[in-house]
Amino acid sequence: MAVAKTSANPENLLWKGGTQPMKVGYGKLMMWIFLLSDTFTFSALLISYGLIRYSAPSFKEVIPSMTHKTFELSQSYWPIPEKVFEAVPFLHGVNAPLVFVGLMTFILIFSSVTMVLAVEAGHRRDKADVEKWMLWTILGGFTFLGSQAWEWAHFIHGSESGLALADGTKVFGANLVANQYGPPAFADLFFFITGFHGTHVFSGVILNIMIFYNTANGVYERRGHYEMVEKIGLYWHFVDLVWVFVFTFFYLV
Amino acid sequence: MASHSVENGEKQKPQTKALWKVFWILLVLTAVEFAIAFGLDSDTFKYTKVIIFIIMTIVKAYFIVGNFMHLKDEVKSLIWTVILPALFVVWLLVALIVEGGYIGFVR
Repeated sequence: MAVAKTSANPENLLWKGGTQPMKVGYGKLMMWIFLLSDTFTFSALLISYGLIRYSAPSFKEVIPSMTHKTFELSQSYWPIPEKVFEAVPFLHGVNAPLVFVGLMTFILIFSSVTMVLAVEAGHRRDKADVEKWMLWTILGGFTFLGSQAWEWAHFIHGSESGLALADGTKVFGANLVANQYGPPAFADLFFFITGFHGTHVFSGVILNIMIFYNTANGVYERRGHYEMVEKIGLYWHFVDLVWVFVFTFFYLV
Repeated sequence: MASHSVENGEKQKPQTKALWKVFWILLVLTAVEFAIAFGLDSDTFKYTKVIIFIIMTIVKAYFIVGNFMHLKDEVKSLIWTVILPALFVVWLLVALIVEGGYIGFVR
């Protein structure tokens, strides 16, 4: 034992290990705290979306006779999501509102369940099962990222007809300054929120690959436990959880 | 919590029934959300829809955090450490939405 030089603490108050605070490992506890802080970041982004959307004029204030059925995109009021996100890959020109984003939600929920199955396999210390379910999770993550890339590409390029402005010019797709769907803030928030979430998914896929690599090399088998799978599992489920909220507040409401 | 492996080399059977059940619950909830999004008229039921969507999102969040992240199986102090600070987000939400309405009003 090192000799205490300055500590004025009585012996019985020093934390020397042996008990686990909150009965979880250090890494798992810190993962929970990190996820809590990440919750605040995503909440701030989504609530900012709420504030900006609520402060922008709705189509009913600008054109009182307009309904959801006769809705037309315009830069002078906030768009309704089912008129913006209505395309599906390989089905060009088919009007299928929110179908693709529903599919993405399904992919992410599915990869969440394969992740929890990997965690469960880790409890049983079944190396082959952990590998199998981690591979499925990685595949789900890549599929989601690919779908996100398509969604972004479509959003940026826009429709063939574009949006005709009052001065006769046309806007196609979206950038940070102007877009064919609504006020500039709409596209900015789309890029920021789904981009920030997509970055999390990307980091998650990298972490999952590292976990798979370690599992396949028997690192956790030698260590005697698969807690690392649990910790990364927490992160992966959190990413799924955030998507559930993004889906509701960006695409449904 | 799932128990740790037995030492005599015998393999345990996977206990995955409950996990798949949660998967189906989440899937059905998402499908119901879709049905409501296209089944209910947005002009007459705008706020009804918003309230239903928010409630269903919270139900989904409960299943993901409780069952997939196993927060239900943790000790009470950890559950509250995570849930209590997150609840204050509601305060920020209400405050900024009210503020947003005011910004729109004076614009």
